[in-house]
Amino acid sequence: MPKIVFIEPGGQRRDVEAPLGITLMEVARQHAINGVVAQCGGACACATCHVYIDPARLADLPPPEDMEQGMLETAWEPQTNSRLSCQIHITPALAGLQVTVPARQA
Amino acid sequence: MPYQRPPLSKKYLSGDMAPDRLLFRHRSFYEEHRVELHLGVKAVRLDRTARRVTLADGRQLTYDGLLLCLGATSRRLTCPGAELAGIHYLRGIADVAPIRAGFKPNARVVIIGGGYIGLETAATCVHMGCHATVLEMADRVMNRVVAPAVSDYFAREHRAHRVDIRCDMRVVRLEGAGRVERVVCADGTSLAADMVIVGVGAVATTALASDAGLACDNGILVDEYCRTADPAIFAAGDCTNHPSLRYARRVRLESVDNAFEQGKTAALNLLGRQVTHDRVPWFWSDQFDNKLLIVGLAEGHDRQVLRGSPEARSFSVCYLKGRELLAVEAINHSKDYMAARKLIAERATLDPEKLADPALGLKEAV
Repeated sequence: MPKIVFIEPGGQRRDVEAPLGITLMEVARQHAINGVVAQCGGACACATCHVYIDPARLADLPPPEDMEQGMLETAWEPQTNSRLSCQIHITPALAGLQVTVPARQA
Repeated sequence: MPYQRPPLSKKYLSGDMAPDRLLFRHRSFYEEHRVELHLGVKAVRLDRTARRVTLADGRQLTYDGLLLCLGATSRRLTCPGAELAGIHYLRGIADVAPIRAGFKPNARVVIIGGGYIGLETAATCVHMGCHATVLEMADRVMNRVVAPAVSDYFAREHRAHRVDIRCDMRVVRLEGAGRVERVVCADGTSLAADMVIVGVGAVATTALASDAGLACDNGILVDEYCRTADPAIFAAGDCTNHPSLRYARRVRLESVDNAFEQGKTAALNLLGRQVTHDRVPWFWSDQFDNKLLIVGLAEGHDRQVLRGSPEARSFSVCYLKGRELLAVEAINHSKDYMAARKLIAERATLDPEKLADPALGLKEAV
């Protein structure tokens, strides 16, 4: 099972196991990671599971689709490494990925 | 265990989502946070003087503060035949298995009601290899929640996927020997059915509150702090009728955002804070590969502006009162939806001419 490192708002580091086949948002929810709200439950409809991906690892992820890109533009403080965690499926390629949770959600 | 409802008419209904993925949290979360769960037992009586709730199994719980999150229940059919077997409602997780069992190849499924639940379920039915007919009482689908152009778009999408959408159809009775076999409409239409799914709205669950003397009127009446007339009792979610400060009227909302946010606000206020609940409501629906995103309440507007074209399969309808943006319906257009969430909350005023130009972003029409 790949490990994912979440940095919660406030800087707390959480190392968690991420089962294959579910999304990064679901991993965060399973481990009650602070700041990942995920209101819509993964429908790409709320932008409350916004995270920043370690820029060095962005290439390990498939790029965002148009719907996700459109959501991110008006997310809270979007950056070039912004993603919606509900749109990222856990694969072995994500082992050790560091994910930073923004101080707020939309 | 507490779970999310939206997938029940979508991926969970089709079997594309495992049950454990519906859960908000694992059991250990509640234990770690010292949340005691009493599951599968109904609260049957509320005694406000003694500050005590009685459960169906006879247990009694006393409280200093009480939060009522009673939800809503499916509106039931009342016509003759409504009690036949094979007629389903879709509200909770337990409703799903009997519907799934009816998803046999070429089964004829008649869906009563062309709202979110009816249309999402119809899309899932054809995905599962069934024939789906949707009977809508109004002259167009989703007539209470979207503009005619959006209704037309979704009706076309459904028909393209071989869903038989029939509007202006009032169901007068259901027939069958023990089990439903036919759905009969006021105009004489009789449709053969192997299964009927009813999605004709929901009613706020209020009995526990109203029996205890709390005022209810299309929901438990609460103020902007989510408080009932009893200062020890709060309510949140689908069961409440609450003031919308943004729209200057009372509303009862069936939406995930309202359930989350009103719940949080009520919790804070139970703990002694003074926080108001004042959200711009938003909703979404997934039908086939289309995502309908709605923000705001489309009431009291004097103008609608169409951005983009339905033919392009990505467009939005903006509702204005004068120049103030009240609501937006965005079809496969998350940019307009997200921009509108901000603009509506800020009470932004927009230039209708610029707004009609889809090449400009919504924010550029300010």
